[in-house]
Amino acid sequence: MSGLWFNASWRGKALCLLLLLVFALAPVIADRYLLSVLILVFYFSYLGHAWNLLMGFAGQLSLGHALYLGLGAYTAAALWTLFGIGPWLGVFVAIPVATAAGLFIGWLGWRFAIEGVYFALLTIAFAEFTRIGFDHLQITGAAGGLFLPVNGQAANEWWNLGGGPLLYYYLSLTLAAAGTLLVARLRQSPLGYRWLAVREDPQAAQAVGINVFRARMMAMLVSAGMTAVGGVFYGFYYRNLFPSQVFDIGHSIELILAPIIGGLGTVFGPIVGAIILTPLGEGLTGLMQSLGLNAPGAKAIFYGVTLMTIISLQPNGVWPWLARHLRLDRPPE
Amino acid sequence: MAAITLNVIVQGLLTGLVYGLMALGLSVIFGVMRVVNFAHGEFTVVGMYAAFVLFETLHLDPLTVLLPIAAVFFGIGYLLQRTLINPFVGRAEHEQFILLVGLATVIVNGLLLVFGPDARPINLSYSFDSYAVGPLFLDKVRVFAALGALAVAAALLLFFRYTRTGTAIRACADNLTGAAVVGLDVKQLYAVTFGLGLACVGAAGTLMATIADASPSLAQAYTLLAFTIVIIGGLGSMVGALIGGILIGVSEALAGFYIQPSMKSMFSFALLIIVLVLRPQGLMGRRL
Amino acid sequence: MPIDKHRFSRRGVLAGGAAAGAFFIAAPSIIRAQTRVLKAAVLLPQSGYLAQAGQSCHRGAMVSASALAELGHTVELMHLDIESNPDVARTQAERVINDGAHCIVGAFDSASTLAIAQVCEQRQIPLIVNIGAAPQLTEQGYKFLVRNFPTGGMLVANGLKQIHALIDATKIAPKTAVFLHANDNFGMAQRQGMDKAFPNSGLPFKLLESIPYDPKAQDLSVEVTKIRGLNPDLLLVVTRAADAIKLVRDIVRQKFQPMGIISPGAPGLYDEEFYKALGPLADYHIDAIPWANPKSKVTQTLEAVFKKEQPNFRFAVECFNVGFTFDALLVAADAFKRAGTGTGPELMKALKATNLADHAMIGPPIKFDEKGQNVDIPSSCVQNRAQTPTVVLPADIATMTPVLPEPPWQGRT
Repeated sequence: MSGLWFNASWRGKALCLLLLLVFALAPVIADRYLLSVLILVFYFSYLGHAWNLLMGFAGQLSLGHALYLGLGAYTAAALWTLFGIGPWLGVFVAIPVATAAGLFIGWLGWRFAIEGVYFALLTIAFAEFTRIGFDHLQITGAAGGLFLPVNGQAANEWWNLGGGPLLYYYLSLTLAAAGTLLVARLRQSPLGYRWLAVREDPQAAQAVGINVFRARMMAMLVSAGMTAVGGVFYGFYYRNLFPSQVFDIGHSIELILAPIIGGLGTVFGPIVGAIILTPLGEGLTGLMQSLGLNAPGAKAIFYGVTLMTIISLQPNGVWPWLARHLRLDRPPE
Repeated sequence: MAAITLNVIVQGLLTGLVYGLMALGLSVIFGVMRVVNFAHGEFTVVGMYAAFVLFETLHLDPLTVLLPIAAVFFGIGYLLQRTLINPFVGRAEHEQFILLVGLATVIVNGLLLVFGPDARPINLSYSFDSYAVGPLFLDKVRVFAALGALAVAAALLLFFRYTRTGTAIRACADNLTGAAVVGLDVKQLYAVTFGLGLACVGAAGTLMATIADASPSLAQAYTLLAFTIVIIGGLGSMVGALIGGILIGVSEALAGFYIQPSMKSMFSFALLIIVLVLRPQGLMGRRL
Repeated sequence: MPIDKHRFSRRGVLAGGAAAGAFFIAAPSIIRAQTRVLKAAVLLPQSGYLAQAGQSCHRGAMVSASALAELGHTVELMHLDIESNPDVARTQAERVINDGAHCIVGAFDSASTLAIAQVCEQRQIPLIVNIGAAPQLTEQGYKFLVRNFPTGGMLVANGLKQIHALIDATKIAPKTAVFLHANDNFGMAQRQGMDKAFPNSGLPFKLLESIPYDPKAQDLSVEVTKIRGLNPDLLLVVTRAADAIKLVRDIVRQKFQPMGIISPGAPGLYDEEFYKALGPLADYHIDAIPWANPKSKVTQTLEAVFKKEQPNFRFAVECFNVGFTFDALLVAADAFKRAGTGTGPELMKALKATNLADHAMIGPPIKFDEKGQNVDIPSSCVQNRAQTPTVVLPADIATMTPVLPEPPWQGRT
């Protein structure tokens, strides 16, 4: 982190601090709607970070991150509803559960040299397999869903992750900020350099003595663990879980859009992506509403076109381009 | 009991063949161009709507419009490749992924806007007929669709084996640099390949429309299904796609019958995992 | 919120999203003043996988404004698409409350409804559930939620009662039945209801097996083969819209001929797409489900408006979605009139005190228990006749008499 910090231009440092300050103070002026949008922005930034570690840094495409998200959410929620074990403890069960699943998939895949699209399909297969499994798991309500107690206006039970929007706002902000720090730190660590080496050329990395398998497994470990924490947040924010929603492939796809659009393999890409995409969706809804246009689907069409446009114009994502133009990027490594 | 089991297997076989045809298009595109077509199911559903519209307006049997629809899809595919997709050939998978997910979103919601959310059926005079062969019931539409799938697959196979363009495309798939060196117009061949892939999809969608009702919400499930089949059968292998389809169809049918219907897709994914681990190149694929 | 806007435009990172972002940020939050007009937001899944039902409910909401006006209520409606996605449902709930909604009506799907309920609970804005069967909606202790829709358990219990009456009325003697249900949250709610209610229902037939199917599955032929192997007299089904088409089609193809195909309260058998796909083969199936009361004045008003404003759709087919959506808005308008204010807690108090005799759906006056549930929403038997859902039981509101066993498939076309 220190390396990253000292290497950053003063504009970059100033922007970073300003951003954090603005977000920290936002609840003073922002209304609840804006807060709910920002919660989603932070949530998707955080999940984007988690996914980006595996794909952006270690070069392994996962299209099944909903699996770790769902396992995290279900583990913490089930511990709470069935045994009264609160989420702050539950998260320490959720993380190992999700990482165990991740490591198993990683082991299975990379041991047998399954990479690229094949690995992506493997992750989808596991996520879908688990979805149907949870659809039949009676202890968590099967397809009927798992429900957490109501979170009323007066509720302030931060120790059980129950409370008003401010709790979730600062929690998600903390997650996003901590995620950014962790990713930045990892990026500058020996492990981070090993990941980049493995991503760029696994054979060359192997030749210089990097254990490719081990490096990838480490990436999976951190990525799945981080995603599980996001899942715990998801479970206690929405307070109801349905396998068909949590484990859905649509969910996996949703959470990888931000890091790709923002800039794969960069520290700030996932944040930039989430800041673009979530408000874009909301803005389009607002636009349609103010035009009095009721055309279900039209919003999604604009959204799809935007995705195609951005990836065509800026294949490396928006952040590298933005950083260049705002002169925020560090001197070339 | 044996008769019922046989019936279940045959049903799975027929459905699997049509799934296989759908997956065939994906196999062609990926096998040659290494483009991950994540809008595959969406194109299939467009094919279903094309058949539906022709049936509703001109009362044309989907089986008779199979070739015209496939031809139009060839054109669409050719143009798409030349404009939208080509810059992405050879690019990272995640970039292709975003492009095609974006395209898929546009297609699905475009269909929703134009046709609405209702499932659109094609009611043929023989939609409800079935052949009774001994104790077996064979749905007429499924039999026709399966035969259609076999015919299209055979035509494609012959094309790749015996025509100049087909051989050239295979050359591109095997050794891109080599193909370019000997003077093949790779760009043109890629456009033809994408066109062929989409023609397959158009044909599959047309046949699919006779056994399922077109609706925008089918698309994502079809994409996933096509990928599962193609990976199981082996990317780039025509026969593999059909075999993969049959395997999925039959295993889902048997699992649904003997274990529990709501768990049947679990077996497809389990099968996919097993194949990926034991034989990542797919059942009929060449070694990676 | 000028500072806000400033912040966003200054910060370069928003560049891409700013144009769009400015829209929602600039949207002024209207101060909720004492108004004469009820501002209700209708949140429905008009796109995504629930679009079929969501759009049907939306048509109900669209015609409700004029229908309510004819009944002397002025309401201002906001319509928002929640895209079958709880994330969207939650932010849209915050949005409409910011825009001054006094209450929210929605949201067909239980998962999205629960996401909205979180927001409503915290912001003390009443949520009136139009459709949503998960028992937990009213079992979780929400104080700002009322539901004029039966829980899965109620639906099945009432449905079984109707099936009992149906057997008596048609004098058929089924000995066996199979229960097929979608394995999703709606289907599971029904399944749990079935497991509980069937043993005490006193129905004369044996339930051979309950079979769940995956609503994401593309094909139901194996399910049908399985049912055919069990050869039940009655087939009880809980389907999601288009699944019912696949189901009946395969039943016909496999020449399986039960005495009746009956749903203890689920969509599918009475949707327009079902009639269009199956034609005469859609006839004679029965749904034991709450229905619009053809003899009620309110329903007649609603129907007249619907015919005028939605000429491309049939009221008889849509009246379940339309009726419940309308009734939810009617309940809101009625409570608003009594409360004399749109303030959340007072509106909620008035909602809880609801005693509304004249409404569109069959049943006694709408009342809510302390949990916010209307516990008395009876079902009726609706049989498809000439591709139109027709009330055949109970006799006092029926427009035709029930026919069972179903005529054979052969000779229907």
